[in-house]
Amino acid sequence: MIGMFMTAALATVVIAFGALVRLILGPTNPDRVVAVDTINTLTVAVLILLSVLYEQFIFIDVAIVYALLSFVSTLYIAKHIGGEL
Amino acid sequence: MLADSIAFVLLVIGLIFNALGVIGLLRFPDVYTRLHASTKATTFGSIFLCLGVVVYAIAHYFWTSDSQYLMVIVHTIIAVFALAVTNAAGSHAIARAAHKSGQMPEPSVVDRLSEAGL
Repeated sequence: MIGMFMTAALATVVIAFGALVRLILGPTNPDRVVAVDTINTLTVAVLILLSVLYEQFIFIDVAIVYALLSFVSTLYIAKHIGGEL
Repeated sequence: MLADSIAFVLLVIGLIFNALGVIGLLRFPDVYTRLHASTKATTFGSIFLCLGVVVYAIAHYFWTSDSQYLMVIVHTIIAVFALAVTNAAGSHAIARAAHKSGQMPEPSVVDRLSEAGL
C-alpha cells in the first residue's frame, strides 16, 4: 500500500517537470504565471502524498500553509502583470 | 483489502487528470486555453490524490484506532478546501491580468470586459 503512494508521488513530480518546460519556454509572462500556479498545486499534492509515505503527518500542515502562501504570491504577480502595482 | 483497491483507483484517477492538465498546458495555443486546461484539471486531480490519502487514513483508523489518523483526515480535508478556493480565485486573477496586459485569444471577435469599462 505504501509503494502505491511512492509511485504516485514520483509520477506527480514527473508531471510537474512537464509544467517546468512551459515555465521555461512560455512566450509571454502570463504563460509563466500559469505554469508556476500549476507547479504549486502539484507540490501541495506531492507534500500530502509524502506525509503518508514517510509517516510524517506534519507535512500536511506544511501543505496547507504552502497552498495559502502560493495563492498570495500568485495574486501579487498577477497584479504586477496587470499593471496595478 | 477493499481500502487498497479504492485508494489505488482514486490515485490513478488523480494522476490521469494531473497528466491531462499538464499536457493541455504544453499543447494549447494561448494563455487563456492553457489556464483553462491546467487549472481545472490539476485542481480536480489533486483533490482525487488527497481523497486517496483520506481513504488510506480511514482504513488505518479502523485497523489501529490511532487518533493521529483522525488528524490526518481532518487536515487533508482542510488542505483540499484551501486548494480548491485558492486555485479558483488565483486563476481568475491571472486571466484578468492577462487581459489587462493586452493579450487576446487569436480568433476573438468581441471583448465584453473592455466594453464594460472594468
